[in-house]
Amino acid sequence: MNPQDLLRHLATDPNQLGLRLSRPIDRRGAIQAGLFGTIGMAGSTLFGEDYAKTGAAPAARKPAAPRPAAKARSVIQIFLWGGMSHSDTWDPKPDAGYDYNGPLKKFLSTNVPGIQLSEWFPNLAKQADKYSLIRSMTHGNNGHETAAYLVQTAHAPGERLAYPSVGAVFALMKEKEYKGSLPPYIVLTKPQGRFSEEGFLGAKRKPFATGGDPNASRFEVEGIVSRHVNDARQAARRDLASNLDSLRQAAGDDPVIRASEAARTEAYEMILGKGREVFDLSREKPELRDRYGRHTFGQDCLAARRMVEAGVPYIVVNYPGGWDTHSNHFQTMGKQAPELDQGLAALLADLHDRGLLDSTLVWCCGEFGRGPKIDWQPPWNGGRNHHGKVFSVLVAGGGFKGGTVVGASDAKAEEVAERPVYPADLLGSIYQLAGIEAKAPLPHPMGLEAHVLPQDAKPGEAAGLLTEIM
Amino acid sequence: MKPDPLSSGRPEARSCIAVSGESHPARIPHRPFFPIRGIVIAGCLLTGLSQAADTGKPAPTPEPKPAPASAKSNATPAPKALPPAKPAALSAPVDKAKPAPAKPASVPPKAETKPAPAKVATAATPRPSPASPFESPAALKTESRIDQLVMARLKPLGVRPALCSDAVFVRRVYLDVTGTLPTAAEAKAFIDDPDTATKRTRLVDRLLASDEFAVYWGMKWGDLLRIKAEFPINLWPNAAQLYHRWVVSSLKENKPCDEFVREMLISSGSNFRVGPVNFYRAMPDRSPEGIASVVALTFMGTRTESWPKEKLAGMSAFFAQIGYKPTSEWKEEYVFWDPIGTHTIAGNVAPGRAKVEEIGTTLAADVAVAGPKAFPMAAVFPDGKAVKLSPDRDPREVFADWLLAPGNPWFARSLSNRVWSWFLGRGIVHEPDDLRPDNPPSNPELLAYLEKEFVASKYNLRHLYRLILNSETYQFSSLAKSTKPEVAAQFGSYPLRRLEAEVLIDAINRITGTSELYTSPIPEPFTYIPQGQPSVAIGDGSITSPFLALFGRSARATGTEDERSNQVVAAQWLHLLNSSQIQEKLDRGPALKALLQSKRPPREMITELYLTILSRHPTAEEMARAKTYCGIGAGDKPGKGTRAEHWSDLGWALLNSSEFLFRH
Repeated sequence: MNPQDLLRHLATDPNQLGLRLSRPIDRRGAIQAGLFGTIGMAGSTLFGEDYAKTGAAPAARKPAAPRPAAKARSVIQIFLWGGMSHSDTWDPKPDAGYDYNGPLKKFLSTNVPGIQLSEWFPNLAKQADKYSLIRSMTHGNNGHETAAYLVQTAHAPGERLAYPSVGAVFALMKEKEYKGSLPPYIVLTKPQGRFSEEGFLGAKRKPFATGGDPNASRFEVEGIVSRHVNDARQAARRDLASNLDSLRQAAGDDPVIRASEAARTEAYEMILGKGREVFDLSREKPELRDRYGRHTFGQDCLAARRMVEAGVPYIVVNYPGGWDTHSNHFQTMGKQAPELDQGLAALLADLHDRGLLDSTLVWCCGEFGRGPKIDWQPPWNGGRNHHGKVFSVLVAGGGFKGGTVVGASDAKAEEVAERPVYPADLLGSIYQLAGIEAKAPLPHPMGLEAHVLPQDAKPGEAAGLLTEIM
Repeated sequence: MKPDPLSSGRPEARSCIAVSGESHPARIPHRPFFPIRGIVIAGCLLTGLSQAADTGKPAPTPEPKPAPASAKSNATPAPKALPPAKPAALSAPVDKAKPAPAKPASVPPKAETKPAPAKVATAATPRPSPASPFESPAALKTESRIDQLVMARLKPLGVRPALCSDAVFVRRVYLDVTGTLPTAAEAKAFIDDPDTATKRTRLVDRLLASDEFAVYWGMKWGDLLRIKAEFPINLWPNAAQLYHRWVVSSLKENKPCDEFVREMLISSGSNFRVGPVNFYRAMPDRSPEGIASVVALTFMGTRTESWPKEKLAGMSAFFAQIGYKPTSEWKEEYVFWDPIGTHTIAGNVAPGRAKVEEIGTTLAADVAVAGPKAFPMAAVFPDGKAVKLSPDRDPREVFADWLLAPGNPWFARSLSNRVWSWFLGRGIVHEPDDLRPDNPPSNPELLAYLEKEFVASKYNLRHLYRLILNSETYQFSSLAKSTKPEVAAQFGSYPLRRLEAEVLIDAINRITGTSELYTSPIPEPFTYIPQGQPSVAIGDGSITSPFLALFGRSARATGTEDERSNQVVAAQWLHLLNSSQIQEKLDRGPALKALLQSKRPPREMITELYLTILSRHPTAEEMARAKTYCGIGAGDKPGKGTRAEHWSDLGWALLNSSEFLFRH
C-alpha cells in the first residue's frame, strides 16, 4: 500500500481533517496523528475508498471551520473556449467607429435602462434583469492555456504547483453533501484538455465528459448510455464477467481488488440506475427544446438544467466549436452568437420559471476577450486577436443580483476604465456564494501548502469580491 | 536511430503531419517559421512494435477431451443459463501438457476464505492447489542474495510465499519490461517450453534486449524528467521530441546511469540540438532554488520541502550560473554556463529579439535588469561539505562530480531504490522519491546490497534489472498470503497494480487490432501521431487522448513518482464496461474479428481468446462457462441460439476482468 495514496485518500476532505490541514500534512505529522498506526495500517482496506464514507477517521474530531452559508447549490459554467469578443457582444461601443465595430451597426437596448448589447443578443436583451455583466474583467494574459488556467483557477501560471480547476475544487468540497449517483463535476460534452483540470487532487476530481451530442435523437453519454447494448445484455454480460473473473475470486480480499470492485459497482449504478434518465432529453416538451434551440449548444444548456435538478454541484458547458476568431470573425460570430443568445437566454428563463435560479449560479466567459481593433491586414482580413487586458463576463443566479453592470472598459473597450475584476475576485465570489471557504487548504499529495485561492494576492491580482452584486 | 533533431523523422514523417488551416496569429507573421514545428515522431523507434497484432493463427493444438463437467453444456443458448458464480480460479488450465483434473468443480480453500488478516500460510494450512492458473507448484529455493535478504524478513512474519505460474510470469515480465502484452503465440510458446530450468532467465534477457524495453522505460523517464511541450513545462514540441529521443537511445545503448545523469547535469547548447540541456528547461521554476529542488528530487530521490532553508540555499549556488538565451529561431533557447550573467544584461539578446522574455518561458522577473551580476561563490553540498566555487569551472560540474562519486550517499541509493519500486510496486524506502533520515528503509540490507551491485556494475541499469527480475522475490505469486501491511512492506507478494493508461490502451488495441488518434492541440499547427503507433512511444506529454487522460497518465508537471495515478475510479469502469470506444473495438477490431470468424472449433477459439487477452489457457470451468454463454452444445458444436454478440461479450468479459486490468 502506497502511503501517498493513502494520504491522498485520507486527506480528501479538508473539513473532516479540520485543523490538521491548516498546515500542510506530511508523513511525520500523519504518523504522529496516528493515521498510520490505526487506519494507515489496517487502512489497506481504505485504499481507493471514499474516506468520508468509512467515517472511521481519528482525525475527524475537530469541528469543521465555519463556512460561508451557501446560496448556490449548483454552478453552471459556460466556457467560451478561444475567447469571445467582448466589444461585439456584451460591451458594445457604438461610437468606436468602423475600425473597431466593422460591419456591426445595430445595438440593442435591454429591459434594464442603460444596458446595451450587440444585435446578436435579442433574447438576452429581454431579460437583462436576470443577470449582471462584468465589463472590467482582466488578467492581461494573452495565451490560451495560461489564460484558461488563470480564469478557471485564479492562480498564476508558472508557479511550482499546477492547481485544480474550480470544478475540481467543487467536486472535492461538495463530496460529503452531494449524494447523487452522477459524477459531481460533469462537462458537456468534450473536455478542453488544455490543462489537467483535477490538478493535484487525484483522478476522482477529474471532470466527467459526457461525449455524445444532446441534439442527436439519442444523447449517448459515453459509458452510461450505450448505443450497442440493451439492459438485458448488460445484465447477462455482467454475470458472465463476474463468473469469469478468476483473479478477483482468488484474490478478492486484496484491497486493490476491493477498491476496484467498489468503483465497478458505482459505475453500474450509473449504467443501470435511475441517474441516467437525466440524459434522456426526450422527456422534455418539444416546445421547450425548441426554445433552447435545436443545436448542440442549446441542448447542452437543457441537459445542464436537468443535471442541476439532479443536484450535480458543478456543470461545465464547453461551447461546441470555438471563439478563436482570428479570421472569419464576423461570419463566425454571426452564426455562433445568436446560438449562444438563444441557449443561454432559454436556460436563464427556464431556471427562473422553475424557481431554480436563486440556487443555481451561472457564469459565462472565455479565457479572454478579443482585440477591439480589427486586424484588417492579411492574413487575418478582418479578424480579432487575443485580448486579456479587458473582457466581459455574464453572471446570474445563485446569489448574484441581476440587472447590474460591474466596472467599465474605456471608450474603445481596450483597457479597464474602472473597477478591475480579476479572476481571484470572480472565483472568490463564486466560492463564497457556494459556501466554499477561499482560504480552505487543498490536500496536496506531497504535503505542500495549497489553498483554494492564492493567500497573498498582490495589487494587480485581486481587487475585492463582487460585493456590489452579491 | 540517431538523436539528431534535424533529421527528426523527415521527410517520412511528413505524411503524418496534419496542419490546421490557419497559422497561428499569436506568432508574429514576419518571423521565420521554424522548420520542424508540428512534426511528429516517425515510427523509427518502433520497428519492433510496428508488426501487426497477432491475428491468431498459431499451430493448431490438439485440444483435450472436454472435462466431464463441461460435457453437460446444454442446449439453452441464452446467457441466463449460466451456472451460479463459483470460484473458477484454481482448477487446472485446459492444456495438453496438463490434463484437466477429474474434479474440476472442487472448491479450493483459499478462494472461500473471508479476509482474515491473521491468516498466514503454515504447514497446517492447505496450500492452494498447484494447478492454480496463477501459482506454480515449484518450491522456493532462496538461492539469490536478494531472496535470502527478503526471506530473512518474511520468515519471522510467518509468511512463505508461492511462486507465480509460467503463465503469470510471461505476462508479468512482458508488461514490466516492455509495457506490452505477449501475443497468444508468444505466451503459448513460453508456457509450453519444457526447459523450465532456464526459460524464465532466457525470456528476461530477450526482453531486456528488445526495442520495446527502451521505449517503455523512456516513457517512465519521461514522467520523471517531465518531458512535455506545453503548459506548465513548456519545452516546445521539437525540443520535447529531441529530449525523449535522447532518453530512449541512452536506454537502448544501456548508457551507464551516471553518464546519463551527468549529461543532463552539465550539458550546454541549444534545446533543439542537444537533448539533455532540456533538463534545465523542463521545470516551471528556473530559479537556482527551483533547479536545486528538481535535481534533488530527480537524482537524489529526496524532497527539499523538508530541508532547512540554508541547505537548499547552499545547494542552489551550484545552479546559479545557468544562462538561458533565445536565438532568432522561433522558441530556440541556449542553456549554458554563464558565470558573469550575460543573459541578464538588458539588450543582450539575439538579433531581432526585443527582450529575453519573448521566448515565452518563465524566466525569473529580475532577469531583464542590467547586469552583470555577482553570483554566490560559496556553495554547500547536501551532505554539509562547503566548497568555494572557482570562477573558471562550471559549478554544475563540481556538483555532478560530487553526486556521481561512488561513495555518494544519495545517487546509487535513490536509483536502486527507484528501480526496485518500479518492479515490486513499492520502494524499500517508500515513497521512492522521499529519502530522508526519518523515513527508513523496510529492509536496509537489501537496499545496501542493490546499491553495492549498482555501483560495482558501473551503474549498469540492466544489471540491476536482471538481478531483480531473476529473483524469486520478483516471481512471487500475486495472491497475498497475508493482508498485513508489514508483509506488503517486506515484499511478501507481487502487488496488484492497474496497468498504466498507455499500457492499457496499447493492450486493448493490440488485442482488437485497432488504433487510436493521439494529438496535441497546442501549439498550432496541431500535432498528430501516426495511427498504429503505441502510446507508450509518445515522447511528448502534451500529445494525448481522452483515454490517456481518464486513466491517469502523468501530467508531467512535478516529476514525482506518484504523479501518475493508477487508482481505479468509477469513470474508468464506465469507459471500459460501456463506452462506444471499447465496444466498437470489440465489434469491429480486425484482429478479434479474424479470430471470431475463423470457423475454428469453439474450443480452440475460446483457448485463443484466453491466450490473446489473458496470456494463458482457460481452466476447465472457464471453458465450460464460456461455452455455455456462447451456446456451444455437446460435441463442441454451436447450438441454435449462438450469436456473434455472445462471442463479442466473451471478449468483453475477459477485457473487463481484474486479471486483464491489473499487473499480477
